[in-house]
Amino acid sequence: MNKFTTLSGIAAPLPLINIDTDMIIPKQFLKTIKRSGLGVNLFDEMRYDDDRNEIPEFVLNKPQYRDAQILVAGDNFGCGSSREHAPWAIADFGITCVIAPSFADIFYNNCFKNGILPIALPQEQVDVLMKDAEKGSNARIEIDLEAQTITSSDGDVFSFELDSFKKHCLMNGLDDIGLTLEKGASIDSFEASASQARPWV
Amino acid sequence: MSPKTLYDKIWDAHVAHEADDGTCLLYIDRHLVHEVTSPQAFEGLRMTGRTVRRPDQTIAVPDHNVPTTLDRANAATMTEDSRVQVAALDTNAKEFGLHYYPVSDVRQGIVHIVGPEQGWTLPGMTVVCGDSHTATHGAFGSLAHGIGTSEVEHVLATQTLIQKKSKNMKVEITGKLPKGVTAKDITMTVIGETGTAGGTGYVIEYCGEAIRDLSMEGRMTVCNMAIEGGARAGLIAPDEKTFAYCMGRPHAPKGAQWEAALAWWKTLYSDDDAHWDKVITIKAEDIAPAVTWGTSPEDVLPITAKVPAATDFKGGKVDAAKRSIEYMGLTEGMALTDIEIDTVFIGSCTNGRIEDLRAAAEILKGKKVKEGMRAMIVPGSGLVRAQAEEEGLADIFKDAGFEWRLAGCSMCLAMNPDQLAPGERCAATSNRNFEGRQGRGGRTHLMSPAMAAAAAITGKLTDVRAMMSDPA
Repeated sequence: MNKFTTLSGIAAPLPLINIDTDMIIPKQFLKTIKRSGLGVNLFDEMRYDDDRNEIPEFVLNKPQYRDAQILVAGDNFGCGSSREHAPWAIADFGITCVIAPSFADIFYNNCFKNGILPIALPQEQVDVLMKDAEKGSNARIEIDLEAQTITSSDGDVFSFELDSFKKHCLMNGLDDIGLTLEKGASIDSFEASASQARPWV
Repeated sequence: MSPKTLYDKIWDAHVAHEADDGTCLLYIDRHLVHEVTSPQAFEGLRMTGRTVRRPDQTIAVPDHNVPTTLDRANAATMTEDSRVQVAALDTNAKEFGLHYYPVSDVRQGIVHIVGPEQGWTLPGMTVVCGDSHTATHGAFGSLAHGIGTSEVEHVLATQTLIQKKSKNMKVEITGKLPKGVTAKDITMTVIGETGTAGGTGYVIEYCGEAIRDLSMEGRMTVCNMAIEGGARAGLIAPDEKTFAYCMGRPHAPKGAQWEAALAWWKTLYSDDDAHWDKVITIKAEDIAPAVTWGTSPEDVLPITAKVPAATDFKGGKVDAAKRSIEYMGLTEGMALTDIEIDTVFIGSCTNGRIEDLRAAAEILKGKKVKEGMRAMIVPGSGLVRAQAEEEGLADIFKDAGFEWRLAGCSMCLAMNPDQLAPGERCAATSNRNFEGRQGRGGRTHLMSPAMAAAAAITGKLTDVRAMMSDPA
């Protein structure tokens, strides 16, 4: 997994609440058996018309946001299904940070497995960054994961909260499975005692 | 000992390792796998030379992609990419030695219906699946939730999940449900109350007289949509109904093991003075048959209500409501019962069990669906289908003009050929009314099976209570 330390990038504003996983990546693209190549279908139904032409008004189709690396969105981003295709599509497009007032639980966890930093901030701070994002490619938002800060193009600095373990994994690009397998002895002993306590399982 | 919630008890019984910062390795008892969210996980195992730690606790069944038409044995009924995905599950299940119910097996069905039916889901267990509606299994008092594909790979390789504990929420439904009001109406009404983010960070325990009164099927419906309320999981404490449902199932314990299990299961309830981080209480008598009007599962109203105005809302919901009303092709202030529908879909992991089909059949008996209506019933498993045929329900459906399908997820998420056309309006018993969920441009109204059956007859959203005979 790619390491995430700092990021300075263009932020695309998507001021909608409850952006769900069906919006992020519609079901017809879940039939892949690969993780890559989904970026072109990110937000597919909002991004293309019935004839597969780009809808010019959609934010990621606008020239100034085509290289966006950050997304600023409304409350409850990523609600809906567990499909990891949603963060795969976001990462494949080139976005590695999503800022919103809140995230759905499964989506939030899925981000960290794919080098994406989801940042939850109070609504007022998201509002400031949303306005900043609306300035287009002249406004770059800076993120420092070590310091847990976001700096707007106007120099406003916001701190964000993050689980220390998730931060550690993201900063070092660590593979969860490898880390867990190091605790194999704990799993072995738990399994042995659980099979005594609950032999019917 | 300090008092505990049911969630606390199950959690504590499954922590294999706890780090100083509270990050835990939670041991997973049962891992359910389907074809859409697993191929990349198995590929990951192969690439790293890892294997499945507990194939004996890993259960695979294809459900999302599979056609539900009677001719599905014919490979031509599937698109190439669907066929590849189902074939990948077949290969992975065999290569890694998993328990497997292929499409040709009568026990095949939606993973969340097959699990309980086969006795894989039991009280006090941890159950995961790469599917958000894994919450369904919480109806047994098991801690069950959806995970992403990276976590699927993690569970395959280690039989554990890296987790931090959620907070405890109690949702109590007091008193008795009025006539015509079902488990679906309870769970939709709760989401209408809390919003789709109201449960974020929590595990919900549903309790109260109205929950106790529900059958296991109804309890599964309630827990199924805990995820639509944003919760990690939904739980209901096991009781005699739970034990009776589990007893004799193929993978439930037998004999002395059953007795030992039962003794532990009977300790699985929230202690009287347990701490709750949030409590919501709803009177059952205040719940009416519910429908959604918008494109979020929180857009819930009683069937007697009118389509709201966007300006009725606050904050970001004003724009969201405006967008929903436009997408749904509705007019602010119109009566919900004036909304005409084109299609009825009865099925899904929310409402594809035998009791759901019985409820629909009760309304449809001796009736016909409105002319021109496209109506389908997709049983949740091959065994539900067989039982419905045995009980004569299938004949009622066919006589009424419904298509009687084979088991699968079908039009709930439209990954198979069952999809809505742009603008097509559907009364659905499934769980999500997102834009495009049932097909690009499709319009979904969520409701109970009885309400969907009523809509099929009248061609409009309908208050099913007006169509029910008075109890003799």
